[in-house]
Amino acid sequence: MTEAVLNVSGLTKSFQMHHLDNTLHAFRDVNFSLKQGEFVLLKGPNGVGKSTLLRTIYRTYLPVDGQVMFHSARGDIDLANAADIDVALLRAEEIGFVTQFLVARPRVAAEEIVAEPLRLAGVAPEDALDQARHWLNVFGVKEKLWKAYPTTFSGGEQQKVNLARALILPRRLLLLDEPTASLDAGARAALTQRLDELKKEGVAMIGVFHHPGDVADLVDRTIELTIVSEERRPADVAV
Amino acid sequence: MSVDMKLERSAPQFITHEPLLHMTNISKRYGDVVALDHVGAKVYPGEVLGIVGESGSGKSTLLRMMNLQELPDQGTYHLDIETEKPNLFDMDRYARLQLRSRHIGIVYQNPHQGLLMKHTSSGNVAERLLIAGERSFANLRAKASDALDASEFPLERMDAPPIELSGGMQQRVQLAKAIALEPALLLLDEPTTGLDVSVQALVLDTLKRLQQDRKITMVIVSHDLGVIRTMADRVMVMRRGQVVEQGLVDQVFQDPQHAYTQQLVHAKL
Repeated sequence: MTEAVLNVSGLTKSFQMHHLDNTLHAFRDVNFSLKQGEFVLLKGPNGVGKSTLLRTIYRTYLPVDGQVMFHSARGDIDLANAADIDVALLRAEEIGFVTQFLVARPRVAAEEIVAEPLRLAGVAPEDALDQARHWLNVFGVKEKLWKAYPTTFSGGEQQKVNLARALILPRRLLLLDEPTASLDAGARAALTQRLDELKKEGVAMIGVFHHPGDVADLVDRTIELTIVSEERRPADVAV
Repeated sequence: MSVDMKLERSAPQFITHEPLLHMTNISKRYGDVVALDHVGAKVYPGEVLGIVGESGSGKSTLLRMMNLQELPDQGTYHLDIETEKPNLFDMDRYARLQLRSRHIGIVYQNPHQGLLMKHTSSGNVAERLLIAGERSFANLRAKASDALDASEFPLERMDAPPIELSGGMQQRVQLAKAIALEPALLLLDEPTTGLDVSVQALVLDTLKRLQQDRKITMVIVSHDLGVIRTMADRVMVMRRGQVVEQGLVDQVFQDPQHAYTQQLVHAKL
């Protein structure tokens, strides 16, 4: 029997905007579950809260109600209420988040950024770098860029570095937030192939895709989010 | 909301070890001014805690207390470094100084505060080792050189006095001095404020790398949200001597709960 990885129940998120003296509702009472090796596609119109849902599961956003029961290798834990330090541990070990935005420190080489999760997991630095170069190559980042700083790269190249970093370690749960936006066809194909491998290894995945056709063969189920409120939250503030 | 509720959403479930640093109920007044008002903090081994807040919020006062430079009017401070865990604020001055020089490293914003500017850089680092009882000249030099190297300081300049070095290099000497004894806790007080941005990025990268490789427990105080975002796992937001919010760094910066944190985050350029 396939093991459940995630059980989301009654999950509700709104944002209290103090300076507007207003509450913006994102989604209300979301319920679904996810099993090992299952791939769920999130659908719905712009602004319906698809990315917000992924970020709420990851705990970048704090839910206002509901449960996010994660069946970790260490035991069951409700991510909606877990201690920060537990969430940080699970992010390092079991839960991955792939975004379209580069998360990089300035003046750090692309290969170092990609190798970092492996180094932190205890892989020897040289082996970690070898694997990093392998994945940069798979996603089509040219060798001459491996030692360059990704903060200076184009959007598409940054995204490839991001993917290589996010997918270098197998995870129990992967949250995919438009990982194909701004990618060329070659990189999209490489991503689909990598996701297929991860799915076969038992990774549970839920994601929003700019080009859903890319992952059509992987999708087990689709969840459609609908508008619960006309109010919109202003664009996220990048810090 | 109780002080501890503000500190944690719930008790850790998977992390079973004690926090390395545990402060409770810290208050301090300077005359009529309340500098710290029932502040608590926990930092787990290998974790990086960021503290943000405007000038006068109490963040540097709290850091000075973590460094045992200053005592509060009330409150407790425990470091999980030995089986005996006394309240460090109750120890006599000499014992506090000893504990501090052996187990706590600090990097100040102003290198003049942390370094003897006219001594050699290697001598500044070696001083720390001398205090800990190292007497062999060869060992002193070798260990100072290791610490400088780990701080990515160019060793050919190790005998130059800090006064002849650039701001970024002075910070690397402070860092080498702070880590020479492999402290349990590394405190950073605005470590890159005043450096130009390219130097700041390099110093932050060194810090991050050292932290990751040696799993050093750090507390970093900065008014620069970008620095905190780059360095910290968790962040504590202070205002008028109180902790108004704390959480994972991405959560506090992307979904701030408190009105003050929202203002702070939205004011970032």
